[in-house]
Amino acid sequence: MIRFDNVYKRYPGGRDALQGVSFHLHAGAMAFLTGHSGAGKSTLLKLVALLEHATRGQLFLDGENLSQTSRRGIPYVRRKIGMIFQNYRLLFDRTVFDNVALPLVIAGYRHQDIGRRVRAALDKVGLLDRERALPITLSGGEQQRVGIARAVVNKPPLLLADEPTGNLDPELSRDIMHLFEQFNQVGVSVLIASHDLDLIATLPYTQLQLHHGRLVKSATGTDT
Amino acid sequence: MKLPRFLHNWITRHAQVALNSLGRLYRAPSASLMTAAVIAIALALPSGLYLLTGNLQRLSTQWDGSANLSLFLHRSVTLKQAGALQNKLAKMPEIDSVQLITPEQALAEFRALSGFGEVLDVLDENPLPAVIAVKPDQDHSNADAAAALLEKLRSFPEVELAQLDLQWVRRFNAIVDIVRRSIWVMGALLGLAVLLIVGNTIRLEIQSRREEIEITKLIGATNGFIRRPFLYSGLWYGLAGAILADVLVEIAFLQLYNPVRRLAGLYQSNFSLHTLSFTDTLSLLATGAALGLLGAWLAVGRHLAAIEPT
Repeated sequence: MIRFDNVYKRYPGGRDALQGVSFHLHAGAMAFLTGHSGAGKSTLLKLVALLEHATRGQLFLDGENLSQTSRRGIPYVRRKIGMIFQNYRLLFDRTVFDNVALPLVIAGYRHQDIGRRVRAALDKVGLLDRERALPITLSGGEQQRVGIARAVVNKPPLLLADEPTGNLDPELSRDIMHLFEQFNQVGVSVLIASHDLDLIATLPYTQLQLHHGRLVKSATGTDT
Repeated sequence: MKLPRFLHNWITRHAQVALNSLGRLYRAPSASLMTAAVIAIALALPSGLYLLTGNLQRLSTQWDGSANLSLFLHRSVTLKQAGALQNKLAKMPEIDSVQLITPEQALAEFRALSGFGEVLDVLDENPLPAVIAVKPDQDHSNADAAAALLEKLRSFPEVELAQLDLQWVRRFNAIVDIVRRSIWVMGALLGLAVLLIVGNTIRLEIQSRREEIEITKLIGATNGFIRRPFLYSGLWYGLAGAILADVLVEIAFLQLYNPVRRLAGLYQSNFSLHTLSFTDTLSLLATGAALGLLGAWLAVGRHLAAIEPT
């Protein structure tokens, strides 16, 4: 699903965020991306979502070489990825329903399909009864579940999460991780950046550990 | 007729965005109205002047066809001599018709129309001269031929003063023409102002919706998708401004309609103001909408590209 081939990323100013990173996340696999702050976790996710471009090396998403994607092609790459953020990034002037519907509206789904799919996604995250609520009236955990519903509503083959539990207490964090496991079980590839090591240790998934921009450890489900 | 699926989807999508943009303006009525009002004033000024000069030109073509020469005779000329002159003139080939207005007739007419009847009673004698109104035939009605005829008639000893009414019509037309041209210049400048107003409004809107733009880009929105609501906003601003401008012009027109009729009546004319025609109104609305769209397009092109999600 994701393949990095000796990828380097240097930011303007000379900071090396990633140096010679190579790994392969298979389709249908789930993995955690760990490492200290500034180790390059976010940069790695940004490269996959084409928010940044690699300085050197090649990376592939679903077989597509991202270093050759044109500007016009970027939105279509992003539609293959469900992205989840630490600060949820919901639109606060719209209802839960409208927030979750956004990817479908963007992709030009028909009105009837949108209603059906949005309710299915909200049902999966347990918020079906809150579709008319505004995000501001929800708790942090609920907001993150809205964010997850939005990420999965158009059934992307890959979920990318950047510190999805960073603002949540341990119990809520476990619930959220459990949701990711459920999506993984139906075949969605999942890559989660997190420094919640206690929680990750309880879960049987691959860890990709970054240290100063270099990949230092990986285990089952991935090749380096 | 059944539309192809993709076309049907396309139309539905645009209709939705158009309505959403309209709803957004509706939810902030005072701000939207203010912008529309500024646009309206910028559009109403040239439209109103265009209407005014159109009417002036119409007025002057009414005069144009009736190139009349007025020959004011010496006070010493008797009625008999005047009659003889009238007959002589009537035989000239360049002249279509001749009408003699005796001092008595002139006085009666003046008394009836001017409202100075009592003042005239004070005068011992009739101060008005006899006048011969000469209407040239069709071939000599144009300005140059009429001017030549005027020179010829001026040489008659009975004539004290010969006047060609056409002269000032020509001057008047020249002035109207200059005003018309300056309206184009003013219209272009005010059109530019509309572009800037809409552009600035859209720029502010883009800035206030920055977060939303970033998020939709993250989720895979194309630039076209993000651009669309702002373009429709611009279109609505322009259209609303044009509708308001039309209303402003109509109000001004209604204020002037009766006074102008009264004035025309005093000149024994049935001239009345023409308001914006259906085509004029349509072009005003189209111009407003086009300027709004263009202004939004310029703003969106400049400012949307600068917003990239991080």
